[in-house]
Amino acid sequence: MTTATLPRANMLTRTRNRDGITSAVFAAVLWLCLALICVFLFFILAVIVQKGLARLDANLVTRQPSKIRPETAGVQSALFGTLWVGGITALIALPLGVAAAVYLEEYANPAKWWNRAIELNIQNLAAVPAVIYGILTLGFVVRGPVSIGAVVMAGGIALALLILPVIIITTREALRSVPREIRDGSLALGATMWQTTWRQVLPAAVPGIATGTILAMSRAIGEAAPLILVGATTFVTFNPDGVLSKYTTLPVQIYNLVPQDRDAFRDLAYAAILLLIVVLLAMNAVAIWLRNRYQRRW
Amino acid sequence: MPDTTAATATGGSSARSHPPAWRGPTVDLGQQHPRRGERVIKILLVAAAWLSVAVTIGIVVSLLAPTVTFFTHVGLGDFLFGTEWTGGFGDKFSWTDKAWGVLPLVVATAIITVIALAVAVPLGLGAAIYLSEYASERVRKVLKPVLEVLAGIPTVVYGFLALTIFTPIFAHLVQFNTIHNMLSPGIVMGFMIVPTIASLGEDAMSAVPLALRQGSYALGANRMKTTLRVVFPAALSGIVAAIVLGISRAVGETMIVTIAAGSRAQLTFDPREGAQTMTGFIAQIASGDAPQGSPVYYSLFAVGALLFAITLLINLVSIRLVRKYRQVY
Repeated sequence: MTTATLPRANMLTRTRNRDGITSAVFAAVLWLCLALICVFLFFILAVIVQKGLARLDANLVTRQPSKIRPETAGVQSALFGTLWVGGITALIALPLGVAAAVYLEEYANPAKWWNRAIELNIQNLAAVPAVIYGILTLGFVVRGPVSIGAVVMAGGIALALLILPVIIITTREALRSVPREIRDGSLALGATMWQTTWRQVLPAAVPGIATGTILAMSRAIGEAAPLILVGATTFVTFNPDGVLSKYTTLPVQIYNLVPQDRDAFRDLAYAAILLLIVVLLAMNAVAIWLRNRYQRRW
Repeated sequence: MPDTTAATATGGSSARSHPPAWRGPTVDLGQQHPRRGERVIKILLVAAAWLSVAVTIGIVVSLLAPTVTFFTHVGLGDFLFGTEWTGGFGDKFSWTDKAWGVLPLVVATAIITVIALAVAVPLGLGAAIYLSEYASERVRKVLKPVLEVLAGIPTVVYGFLALTIFTPIFAHLVQFNTIHNMLSPGIVMGFMIVPTIASLGEDAMSAVPLALRQGSYALGANRMKTTLRVVFPAALSGIVAAIVLGISRAVGETMIVTIAAGSRAQLTFDPREGAQTMTGFIAQIASGDAPQGSPVYYSLFAVGALLFAITLLINLVSIRLVRKYRQVY
C-alpha cells in the first residue's frame, strides 16, 4: 500500500514543480509586456519634457509663428485656433451626441430594425478613420454645397463629426448605469417621459457624460489629420477673430514644423508638443478624477 | 397639470370616504392635455439620432461623386492592380502623364499594419491577460491610467517622435537608406494601438463568468492553465474583435505614417525603405495645393473611398464578432 502510493505522490510533486516553473515564466512574460509598455510611455514623456523645456517660455504663448526667427517664435495663433475649434466642436457635438444617446437609450424600442440600424451605424462611425471625416467636411462644407472655405467653423464641424459617435456611446453607457427604479419612481409620480429624463436620469448620469465628453474633447484637440484636409495647414500668424476666420491649431502647427530641420524649429516643435501634452494630460486627469469622485454604485 | 392633480386628489378622498362605491376616476385619463412639448422634444431627439445616419450617407456621397469622375478617366483595373503610382507628379491638369496604380500605397499600408500588429498584439494581449486575471486592484489602479495616457497622446506627436527619436535609434541596429522608413512608424504605431487591444481584450476576458474559472480551479488547474485553456478560449471572439479593431485603426492612421514613412510611393516589401501609404497620400495632397478639379484632387477621393471601403469591411467583421461573444453568456 505505502509502496504503491509513494511513487505516485512523487510524480504529483514533480508535475507540480514543472507546472510551477512554466506558470512562473508565463506570469513573468505578462509582467514583461506591461513593463515594456510603461518603459515606452515614460521614455517618450521624458524625451518630450527634456527637449520641450528649452523653449517652453513666454515667447511660446505670446508670439506668433515665424519662418525666419524660430528662436523667438511662438505658437499663439495655433493656441487660440485650438481654443476656437475646440469650443465649436464641443458646442456642436455635445448637444447632438447627448440627444442621440437619450433617444437611443430612453425612447427607442430596440426591437425595431431602424433603431438597430442607427446603433450599428454609430458603432461603425466610431471606427471610421479620422481622415475620412476630413474628406467629408472638405466635400460638403469647405467646398461643395456650403463652401465656407478653410475656416474655424469647418474645422469645428470636422472634429465634431469625428467625436460624435464617441460621445453617443459613452453617454449611452452613463444613462444605462442609472437604475430602472429611478425612472419607474418618477413616472409613477406622474412625471412625463421628458420630465423623467431631464430631471432624474440626466442629472444622475452627468458625471459619466462629463468624463466621456472630456476624453472625446481631448481626442479632438490632439487630432491633426482631418484638419489638414479642411485647410488648417496654411501659414497663419494672427489669432482667429470669429468662426469664419482662417486658423491653425497646435497639432497642425507641430505637423507644419516637421519639414523644417533646423534645430531651432525642432526645439520649437518639442515645446509645442510639451504644451499640447500638458493640456491633454490635464484634461485626462480631470476626467479620471471625475470618474473616481462621482461614480456612483447603485 | 393643476386640474389633473386636483381632480385626482378629490377622486382619492371620495374613494377613501366610500371605499366600496368607487366608480372609476373622475377625469377621463385618456383625455389629457395634448403634450406638444413632449412630442417636439421626441422629434428633436430622433433627429439627432438620425443625424448619424446622415453623416454616413454624407461620407458615401462626398466620396462617391468625385470617385466616379476619377474612374471616367482611369480604368478600375489599372487603379486596383497597377503597380506604379505617380499621382503627385507631372502636369497638374493632365490625366495621361501619370500612373494611377494604387498597389504601392496599399502594400505600404499593409506592411506598416503588420509591423504595428506584431508589436501591439503580444503586448496588448499580455497586458489584457495580466489586468484581467493576475493584477490586484491596487496594481490595476496604477496600470489603467498608464494605458489611458498612452491612448491620449496625439498621433502627430507619435509621428514626430518616430521621425526624430526612434528612426535614429533604430538606425544603429538596421541600415536605412533614407530617414524615412516603414519600420519605425510601424513600431511606434504598434504602441499607439496597444491600449485599444488591451482594454477591449480585458473587457472580453472580464466578461467570462467567474463560475468557469472556479470550475477549472476545482479540477486542479492552476492560474496559467485556467487563463489559457478556459478564459482565453471563452473570450476568443471578443479578443479577435479587439485585434480586428486594432487593424482598422492601423490602416486608417494618418499622421504617424505621413511624417515618418515619407512621401515616396513605391512598391516595396522592405520595411527599411520609406513608402507612402493610402492615408499618407491623402494627407500629402491635402496639405499641398491640389486645385479643385485637377486629376490629383479626384484621386484623393478615390483613395479615400478605397480606404473607407477597407475599414468599413474590417469594422463590420469586428462588430459582428463582438455581438457573437456577447450572446454566449
